[in-house]
Amino acid sequence: MRRGVLRAALLTAALGFGAAASAEMASPGLLASTCIGCHGVDGVSQGPAIPSIAGMSELYFVNAMLAYKYGEDREKIAAAARALGMDVEDVDALKRPATIMDRIAKGYSDEAIGAMAAYYAAKPLQPAKQQADATLAAQGRSVHREACEKCHEDGGRKESDGAGILAGQWKPYLQHALMDFAGGRRDMPKDMREKLENLSERDVDALIHFYASQNHGGAK
Amino acid sequence: MTRLTRRNFIGAGAAAGLLLAVPTISIAAGTKKVVVVGGGIGGATVARHLRMADASIEVTLIEPKKLYHTCFMSNEVIGGERALESTGFGFDGLRARGVKVVHDTVTAIEPDARRVKTAGGETFAYDRLVVAPGIDFKFDAIEGYGREVAEKIPHAWQAGPQTALLRKQIEAMPDGGTVVMCAPGNPFRCPPGPYERASLIAHYLKRHKPRSKIVILDAKTDFAKQGLFQQGWTDLYGFGTDKSMIEWVSGDLTDRGIASVDADAMTVTTKFGDTYKADVLNVIPPQRAGRIAVEAGLTGDGDWCPVDFLTFESKIHKNIHVIGDASIASAMPKSGYSANSQAKVVAAAIVALLDGREPGTPAYINTCYSIVGEDWGISVAAVYQVGADDKGAQVIKSVSGGLTPMDAPAEHRRREVEYAHSWFENITHAIYG
Repeated sequence: MRRGVLRAALLTAALGFGAAASAEMASPGLLASTCIGCHGVDGVSQGPAIPSIAGMSELYFVNAMLAYKYGEDREKIAAAARALGMDVEDVDALKRPATIMDRIAKGYSDEAIGAMAAYYAAKPLQPAKQQADATLAAQGRSVHREACEKCHEDGGRKESDGAGILAGQWKPYLQHALMDFAGGRRDMPKDMREKLENLSERDVDALIHFYASQNHGGAK
Repeated sequence: MTRLTRRNFIGAGAAAGLLLAVPTISIAAGTKKVVVVGGGIGGATVARHLRMADASIEVTLIEPKKLYHTCFMSNEVIGGERALESTGFGFDGLRARGVKVVHDTVTAIEPDARRVKTAGGETFAYDRLVVAPGIDFKFDAIEGYGREVAEKIPHAWQAGPQTALLRKQIEAMPDGGTVVMCAPGNPFRCPPGPYERASLIAHYLKRHKPRSKIVILDAKTDFAKQGLFQQGWTDLYGFGTDKSMIEWVSGDLTDRGIASVDADAMTVTTKFGDTYKADVLNVIPPQRAGRIAVEAGLTGDGDWCPVDFLTFESKIHKNIHVIGDASIASAMPKSGYSANSQAKVVAAAIVALLDGREPGTPAYINTCYSIVGEDWGISVAAVYQVGADDKGAQVIKSVSGGLTPMDAPAEHRRREVEYAHSWFENITHAIYG
């Protein structure tokens, strides 16, 4: 089982290399500050096309960055996972398309990626201030319960098992992500593919409005 | 962990640390004082991050303007796609974080006495000074051009009224008119900027004045993101055909730029002696570090300020850090995002230095989006580290990054426009919000 053990392992890894490599590596705070220009203060994005990274699980963050950094080089991804003290099987680093993150991710060591992951996992996500269609959001709630809640728990608020936080993310970002999944540009777990293939366009739209309508209310 | 250690240290023994590090003036007062000259992207960022990192530091930011207009996105204003107001930012956000904002102009920096003087007659003492004055223009490099002529023939390379003026002129230009833009030689603020501007002017002309065109008279023989710009121009504006809305005249054909401007005749003459008549003329002169940096001797023998790349401390005057366009930043371009990134490193370095600690390892980044037309965005990005070149000299080098790929799919180009706009929301909120 992935959950639980992982966070502890990662934190240990982060602190461990923090002490060992502090001579060369910038501090986690300074490293994380290089994300702010695009992803917002403390990882809370004000820009609708760019996702918030606050509160993102360390596993999700590491998976995303390693996928951007190494593409489909499984050996390097596995080596990075081991270096970060993570279970190689958890770090699937599924293929994801990029415009710019693939160019940027290559500039960070695996250790720096781990440190930034820990930094942003500790930041509270604040939901994007945006409109959502109430009717669609209500339909989306049913679609979510049926198809997504098993992994994206608590209405898409929870970040366990490396599943992305969906509640409170920007609609345009969610649209991009779902377009990429549907178009085969972004890989997803087999379970998710099966669920997504059975959803209509309207279902997907409803889901987006549902997640956009969710505030976090202290739940995480 | 470092963070906790630092906090404890500040709480318990800041005074002792300071005595070791800087045993003069402000120690008597017991307050760490940082003065920031300039409230643009670099100056505002460093002020904010200093206060975030250590609220015991007294931070004074001196900036004449009450409203700062970003240069980035100003080309969208010129192309009519964006309201100028959306690019204007005040200083209340910084005030709310405890930055003392003074609207005044610094007239003198006294490095030995560690104080600055202002036009308003005030004197501010500092332990560390950050100089972020942006650029100034070498008006005398172009005969017939100058600060006053710029009120008629805008450079629009400092945003605000100049941006509005150029927009107004392009809007008033009759169909069939010619816009002539003169692009400077390297180095200058925002290397892709003139070409994004030409793109967005062409974008406007294509829809509203389709018989018009824009001519770029360049001092350079190549330019930033050239392949990507020209690919976009070919697709959107007929570049390379005799109907092209954009004509680029390479530095080979101008003899490296323009020699003179005739404001009454609305003509510009290249160094080769070719004269171009314009309906709207946009002259972007060669540049140097902002006036106060030059007057304070921070530029040495050159036009820009040499600095150490770990701290951006001046190589000429101790305790003074120069960031942003005014500095010589090795591989980092003169961009707003570079200034923002440098400012965060410098804020962390100043906090450490004021505590008598060694500054940590820097982490630098830059991303520059350019909008070529509708749903057509391109970018260049880089992550930087400090290292040594093959002769052992300290450099900032790119460790990753690069350009948008050529022939990117339409969806990729469309998203880069969205990301450009979202980046603008985030970076301005992070600085002024």
